[in-house]
Amino acid sequence: MNKNKEQLLNKRYKAEQRFRLYGLSAIFMALLFLTIFIFKIFSTGYSAFQKTWLIVPVTFDAELMMLDRNPSKEDLQDADYYDIALKSMADLDPNANEDQENELKRMVSYFFEKEIKNELLNDPSLIGKTKEVYLTASDDLDQVFKGNYPRDLPEDQRRVSDYQLKIFDQLVANGKVESKFNISFFTNADSREAELAGIASSFMGSIFSILVCLMIAFPVAVLAAIYLEEFAPKNRFTDFIEVNINNLAAVPSIVFGLLGLGVLLAIFQLPRSTPLVGGITLSLMTLPTIIIAARASLKAVPPSIREAALAMGASRMQTTMHHTVPLSMPGTLSGTIIGLAQALGETAPLILIGMVAFVNTIPGSPMDPAASLPVQIYIWAESAERGFVEKVSACIMVLLGFLITMNLFAQIIRHKFEKKWS
Amino acid sequence: MNLILFTFIVLLGFTSYYFGRKKAYTIQSTKKRLTALPQFYGYYLAIWCAIPAFIIFSLWAIFEPTIVKLLILSDYSNQGYLDDELNLIYEKTKALSRGQFTGEITPFIEASAEKYLSLRSIAQSSKVVIVLSAIIASVAYAYKRISSNSRTREPVEKFLNAVLFTASLAAILTTVGIVFSLIFQTIDFFKVIPLFDFVFGTHWYPAKAFVRDSSEALDPTMYSDTFGAVPIFAGTFFIAFIAMCVAIPIGLMSGIYLAEYASTKVRQYAKPLIEILAGIPTVVYGFFAALTVGPFLKELGTSMGLEVSAESALAAGGVMGIMIIPFISSLSDDVITSVPQSLRDGSYAMGATKSETIKRVIFPAALPGIVGSILLGVSRAIGETMIVVMASGLAANLTLNPLESTSTITAQIVVILIGDQAFGDPKTQAAFALGMSLFLVTLCLNIVALRVVKKYREKYE
Repeated sequence: MNKNKEQLLNKRYKAEQRFRLYGLSAIFMALLFLTIFIFKIFSTGYSAFQKTWLIVPVTFDAELMMLDRNPSKEDLQDADYYDIALKSMADLDPNANEDQENELKRMVSYFFEKEIKNELLNDPSLIGKTKEVYLTASDDLDQVFKGNYPRDLPEDQRRVSDYQLKIFDQLVANGKVESKFNISFFTNADSREAELAGIASSFMGSIFSILVCLMIAFPVAVLAAIYLEEFAPKNRFTDFIEVNINNLAAVPSIVFGLLGLGVLLAIFQLPRSTPLVGGITLSLMTLPTIIIAARASLKAVPPSIREAALAMGASRMQTTMHHTVPLSMPGTLSGTIIGLAQALGETAPLILIGMVAFVNTIPGSPMDPAASLPVQIYIWAESAERGFVEKVSACIMVLLGFLITMNLFAQIIRHKFEKKWS
Repeated sequence: MNLILFTFIVLLGFTSYYFGRKKAYTIQSTKKRLTALPQFYGYYLAIWCAIPAFIIFSLWAIFEPTIVKLLILSDYSNQGYLDDELNLIYEKTKALSRGQFTGEITPFIEASAEKYLSLRSIAQSSKVVIVLSAIIASVAYAYKRISSNSRTREPVEKFLNAVLFTASLAAILTTVGIVFSLIFQTIDFFKVIPLFDFVFGTHWYPAKAFVRDSSEALDPTMYSDTFGAVPIFAGTFFIAFIAMCVAIPIGLMSGIYLAEYASTKVRQYAKPLIEILAGIPTVVYGFFAALTVGPFLKELGTSMGLEVSAESALAAGGVMGIMIIPFISSLSDDVITSVPQSLRDGSYAMGATKSETIKRVIFPAALPGIVGSILLGVSRAIGETMIVVMASGLAANLTLNPLESTSTITAQIVVILIGDQAFGDPKTQAAFALGMSLFLVTLCLNIVALRVVKKYREKYE
């Protein structure tokens, strides 16, 4: 009998330990996912911040460029750089036949002509001389140099030929290949060529959308929250508004995209693919988030503040505007920043209103077509080229960096400025 | 032009504020008692400056294009043009007047363009005149009122109250906008495709609608067996089910552990870390699922002799489950912490261990709240777009094998609407019909979930 009891007790204690272990392993699993996730993104993405350059001697032959003795600035602009660019690539292997010369040309980006031109425009005295110029390596060689490209595949399954690899290895051996910080990733707009693609256009698109979103959502949401928390009579209509807000907060984001498409584009005829439309759509999505945060922080202001102001003879509007609202601002602001961070990461509604268009210019205003950072991630992720994989990861790193900064900022505002009552 | 006018009106507003306040001080200096603080006199005047400007601006924006169009097209009215042709003529006229017209310029259109430009300039200058005179009139009226020292605080506050009220209507307007944008396209869709075929058809193949030559009349029989949404709905719920299989155990157990077992220190760090999972944009999850999880599962399956699609429902659903973990863990953590301590104490007093207390006492007490949090998670899973677009298939397969690829409502909407859309085409309308069903399903889930959670809160508060 006694032994039975002890067995039972042991069993119960074991069950207790098992249960505890389940809980612990659940948390462990969740954190493991997070770690794998971040590790994966960083390990594939960090190499995109480096760019491979080939150092190629270029002879600025005036004759080949069709220039006369004392060329003016305009002449230099209009000169023909293609031939000297081609020649300097072909000169890498003096014994190359025509096919091989073509392959040599494809070792650098199609931008090489312009890179050579810029070199001369910076220093016109180079005419007739030879200088080593940094040329952007083609995407495939870039990946080879970073070790992301399998060299042991059969040649016909590779995008880099054996011949190109041979020349490339010679260049590496001579120290004519260099890896430098990839500035163009931050200053270039999108491009079909992975080695030239950058996030500048999508970054500006994101900034403009978020600004439009902030300018619409913040005032409307704060005013609505003030009304609902401080002035609204308790009746059916107010309840209806509340149900609406709570429900909107949980409506899938793609439905807002349909709203943008069906109302903003089809009925109001606003320009497609622009941050303006994107911002308005996002603002409708962020509205409930900000209203809920603003209401919570208005509610947190103790009634004694209101009572004191009313006792001093202030009207209800004065009490609200001079005392309650300023005291609730830190909470409201941090809620707004969190809402904007959500909007910044949103993709689906922007795709529906056409912000997936290929944009190779940097937008200068909210009325210009643009992509946004998350949409850029989507576009690149759908591209087949290997070079875009690291670009996607790098773009994700930039986006996550932004989100983390915004969230930290929200935390700081909350902790630093929010008054603790009690 | 509009910007200059707008700036000018804003400046006028500030000046009238200044004059209103100054007037109040002069009244005060005559030893008369003011009816409100001096700045209210200023606000009063500024509001009277802003309201007429705002009204006229919005009326103008609404009616000017229509009136100009009517005037231009009146020249063509009795020449037997169809409506579409008239619209085309008007668009050509506008393009020509902006200097962007590239087609053949006929004298008719050139004359219209000139007329258009002159009408626009007449409209502009009359707008300036009307706005300014309206402002002057209303400000003069308001100035007279404050000179006679009548009440100013009450009207100003009433105005502010009205502004606040209008802002609170934004939520309703958004809901109306959503329903409005979905409903017309949906109705048009069901005019061509019978509701029955949509709800019970088992074959979804919208690409078929591409084949149609747009000049032909709509032939409903062509679309039979094209827009059967059963595979889409099944795929959606199937992927959501897989996601919940991952999210519920992990989310619930971590919620329980955080609420009942974890020390304050562990809680302090673990909770925000898990919540990071909720803050990661879904497109990032999609990339992760498509690039890492999909190929990994495929390789794993091949090594075990199974055939796994690279775009399997398992990959999309599993990653979606990871995304939903924090929603369930945070909400159930909140719910469990708000169960009164007395219930726990009673159970411990009877000799129950901690896990027995949780399983037999706390869990049943917290069940409604937990169910609510799970329902919210399901609604997230159904509405999630980017993960399925990037990681699951785009062809609608009716299957219950998690290793094959399926498609969802959201993925189909994106597939149909990416790129250029032709409104009035059954294919585009199908996307809106899908959106409508998505909206309705999530609406029901949300309302039930919110109600359950609210009821539960009331019980213990």
